[in-house]
Amino acid sequence: MEWFNDFWSTYSTLVFTVGVHALLALSIWLTLSCGLLSLANAAFMGIGAYVAALLTVNLEWSFPAVLLAGAVTPALVALLIGAPVLRLSGVYLAMATLAFGEVVRITILNLEITGGPEGLNGIPLVTEGWHIVLILAVTIYSLARLRRSKVGRAFEAIKEDEIAARLMGINVDRYKLLAFTLGAFIAGLAGALNAHFTFFISPREYGFENAVDILTMAVLGGTTTLIGPMLGGSILTLLPELLRSLHDFRSLVNGAVLILVVLFLPKGIWEPRRIRAFFSRNKGDQA
Amino acid sequence: MSAANLLSIRHVGKHFGGLHVLQDVSFEVPAGSIYGLIGPNGAGKTTVFNLITGLLTPSAGSIDFQGASLIGQQAHEITHRGIARTFQNIRIFKEMDLLENVMVGMHEHLNYGPLALLLNSGACRAAEKRARERALELLSWVGLDHKADMLADNLSYGDQRKLEFARALATEPKLLLLDEPVAGMNPSEKTILMEEINNIRNRGYGVFMIEHDMRFVMGLCDRIAVLNFGRIIAEGTPDEVRNNPEVIEAYLGKEDAA
Repeated sequence: MEWFNDFWSTYSTLVFTVGVHALLALSIWLTLSCGLLSLANAAFMGIGAYVAALLTVNLEWSFPAVLLAGAVTPALVALLIGAPVLRLSGVYLAMATLAFGEVVRITILNLEITGGPEGLNGIPLVTEGWHIVLILAVTIYSLARLRRSKVGRAFEAIKEDEIAARLMGINVDRYKLLAFTLGAFIAGLAGALNAHFTFFISPREYGFENAVDILTMAVLGGTTTLIGPMLGGSILTLLPELLRSLHDFRSLVNGAVLILVVLFLPKGIWEPRRIRAFFSRNKGDQA
Repeated sequence: MSAANLLSIRHVGKHFGGLHVLQDVSFEVPAGSIYGLIGPNGAGKTTVFNLITGLLTPSAGSIDFQGASLIGQQAHEITHRGIARTFQNIRIFKEMDLLENVMVGMHEHLNYGPLALLLNSGACRAAEKRARERALELLSWVGLDHKADMLADNLSYGDQRKLEFARALATEPKLLLLDEPVAGMNPSEKTILMEEINNIRNRGYGVFMIEHDMRFVMGLCDRIAVLNFGRIIAEGTPDEVRNNPEVIEAYLGKEDAA
């Protein structure tokens, strides 16, 4: 057991981060599954993290209440900005949500209660491993249920052909808003969990780069299943650690891996249809 | 309002800026019949469909379905009222299998709540099961039930049209709008589809179609309207329309005075 204790004391934060990144990747998977290229999830994560941390530090709310508030607040913000923003589609939506993300980051940077550029320090370390596992499990279960229901079919239909979806009787605007809001809820939850094991948060963690990172996780892993985004999130968290010995070349190799995946596996690493096809082809060769 | 008319279009006009696509278009689609709209390319036929289904709003006139106006309703609301359509350029959901394609059409009729969905309650499971069975039944109407779990993208062109057909029926429409249902089909496929459309009418649906293929339209429709340059130039039974001099002129051109 000793080796485990050593391992855990060094790497527990990393393991927690893998869980949080899996949640974030799932949050953007949800909006992507409805055909929305939204880059607001880093900002929603930031709102969740700050709301949760401030409630813990200043008002000493209980942890479950803090998590709930950290998820509901960004969801409400998403509901508000969703109505105007979701009229856009494609890259225009990406631009508008990026702009929203910058507004959030700069607001946090300039408020007094958030500690401005210095961030928030001394957030109690109350997140435990099983919190993350439990929340991840509930999220996966709920999304899996959603996928197999009329809601998941409506999302998929909207992604493939919005006009045809409308004419099948689907209230497209309402379902887009639902995907956007639920995505914000999950991202906020990830932010709230994250804030309570890193001790410190600052506006820098929720900017443009992080928004792109979250998108990359989902795209790298593949968005056809729920496993893909989680796999992508884990790889992008662990890869920099594994490449630590390369020092300055780290981000270079990181980038090269991304380019290779996008070039040769455009639908992501985890794509069951391709994997099945690969194995059945090999079997065919032997026969 | 006469109960016999499913759809009434009165004095409908549509212009995009200075371009008048439709002017003073009026006709009535009776219940329980097959109605055809024909006309040369660019006459404005698909625009008529887009106005009925709420993708466009008319610049003038009224469109009533079962005695109530459709103007100002959103596309999905019009579908809920009982109008479904297929598209000239097929718009199936290619990344879904056939069963899912048809089940998307049942969206409005699956009324379980979010909690039932999350907990996978008995009511939710039963509703999904009913929807799956109904979808299979609709696929069997068009002869595609044995391909139910195939990806829609892998279907042949003719089969994709049939799938669109089944998907439109899944919304439980009272009136089915078909935009060039036999475009790109070979003669034997056309004959089969003709029978299928007749069957669908006999099941009590109203059918309103746009079609170029004269033999197909004349053989199938109870009444036909002819659209040319955005105006209705003739309306009546296939025989009346066939012998109308203005229709012959629109299709074949005018004979020289000599």
